[in-house]
Amino acid sequence: MTGRWISRLLGLHSWAVYVFFYAPIAVLVFLSFNDNRLVTVWTGASLRWYREMLENDQVLSAIRNSLIVAGVSTIVSVVLGTAAALGLERFRWRGRRIFDGLLYLPIIIPDVTMAVMMLLFFVQVFGLVELAFGPKIGLGLATISLSHVAFNISFVAVVVRARLAGLDPALEEAAADLYADRRQAFLHVTLPLIMPGVLGGALLALTLSLDDVVITSFVSGPGSTTLPVYVFGLVKRGVTPLINAVSTVMLVASMLLVFVSLIFQRGDGKVPQGTRQ
Amino acid sequence: MAAPVTPELEAAAERAQARRGLLVSLPAYAYLVVFFAIPLVIVFVVSVFGRRNPRGATVYGPPTLDAYRKIFEPGPDGSYLVLEIVWRSLWLSVVTTIVCLLLAYPLAYYIATRTPRVRNALLVLVMIPFWSNFLVRTYAWRVLLGRSGPVTAVTSALGLTDTPMIFTVNAVLIGLVYGFLPFMVLPLYAAIERMDWSLVEAARDLYASGWQAFRKITWPLSRPGVIAGSILVFIPAFGAYVTPEILGGSKTTLLGSYIVRQFLQARDAPFGSALSFVLMSVMLGATIVYFRTGARNL
Repeated sequence: MTGRWISRLLGLHSWAVYVFFYAPIAVLVFLSFNDNRLVTVWTGASLRWYREMLENDQVLSAIRNSLIVAGVSTIVSVVLGTAAALGLERFRWRGRRIFDGLLYLPIIIPDVTMAVMMLLFFVQVFGLVELAFGPKIGLGLATISLSHVAFNISFVAVVVRARLAGLDPALEEAAADLYADRRQAFLHVTLPLIMPGVLGGALLALTLSLDDVVITSFVSGPGSTTLPVYVFGLVKRGVTPLINAVSTVMLVASMLLVFVSLIFQRGDGKVPQGTRQ
Repeated sequence: MAAPVTPELEAAAERAQARRGLLVSLPAYAYLVVFFAIPLVIVFVVSVFGRRNPRGATVYGPPTLDAYRKIFEPGPDGSYLVLEIVWRSLWLSVVTTIVCLLLAYPLAYYIATRTPRVRNALLVLVMIPFWSNFLVRTYAWRVLLGRSGPVTAVTSALGLTDTPMIFTVNAVLIGLVYGFLPFMVLPLYAAIERMDWSLVEAARDLYASGWQAFRKITWPLSRPGVIAGSILVFIPAFGAYVTPEILGGSKTTLLGSYIVRQFLQARDAPFGSALSFVLMSVMLGATIVYFRTGARNL
């Protein structure tokens, strides 16, 4: 039977692709426990490079910067992005189409173009501020956070909109019929229902912020290096066991985020009946 | 008793709705205008009105297309460096897209045809690399393909080659495929999973061979997924920066790295801006094609 052969081949191919997905990561994690200064010469297991990482002030300050930027930009973009999703999905207004288009652009635009945009923008703004008020300001955590919000709003809005589109507006109307005012209807009906979308958007924003190299490296100043930018700088100079250890920590962090998001998605199923089309 | 709905009341309600919609969207709208639309305009202005002076600063003058013309002009050594880089970026991203499609389609088909329990587990296994840090995943290949890396050890043990693959076009290609493969699998899976399988059964009942059923039913029905996945892979691959910087060498410069170099090394902001604008236009073009072909309903 050819059918059985094809399905066997399909299975074999799929498992090969999974090996392709995971083998490089596994090798990296494995080598991070190598005691030797040379990455690929195995001389025994140790936590030496993790210890070195925790004693490295540059790594620690980069981690701190990354967490600050990711936290701030996620919170701001979740609030703004959720509001934008509501405004587009629940109301008809003039200029809605233009806003819709503008909201999609940061998703489509290549990282490099966005990085160039933000750099030139901040340079111009700083020039104007200096001209008008005198003080010299420079690139730093603030400009990184502002840039991350600029791309994260769109991703949050897209995720929340997908959730809103699947909700029955009749639920909100029912709340209004039962004398809930707009604020109550939002807090007690709409918000709980779109919560999985909001949290999903937040996790996406967090991940994108913690992943970004190009835009951040353009708008960061001295002392405001984030972890990916710091690691990128190290990697360009070569492979070291320290990078392996830092990489493993970053991988574990992203996997934790995946599992958190899976737990939230499981909460998805608990939404009352009739809310999904 | 409820008041009768008059046209005036309806118009007032509509106006109130419009006002509220704008009000809710206003903070995000204003933010994107200030921190996205204005920066985009600045890039365009710099590319048209700016010129690089000998000290590497940007000065402004009457509009000119010199920065754009520079893309098509030969460099001091007579070679068309920029066009070469654009061409290399283009074919590398096309090859990346095709390889991803060839790897992802059978995988997505396999996942979609499993039982729900297995299917979810297999999907999570695709999601994990999708969410994992891109830089770290690319760096892993630097270790694997490096001088004393495992892949090099295997190829030299097999007597194939002793030269490590790192810093070659092939290394960049592997990195791009590895980096963007999940973007191809997920939309393909979504398209195949929602397919109406009774159509395939009907085709088989009417004596279509497995191949005929695939070509006439499964493939056309999964096309929105093919288009969506191809766009999602092609766009970031064409503008890639991290992958060629880590896995490539001096002979494998791609457009993304070249643009960054205009700002951080050559200090030619007008030329860099012009290149970024061209890059963005290609992306927008590709996206419009995507929406035109109706993949939006995915």
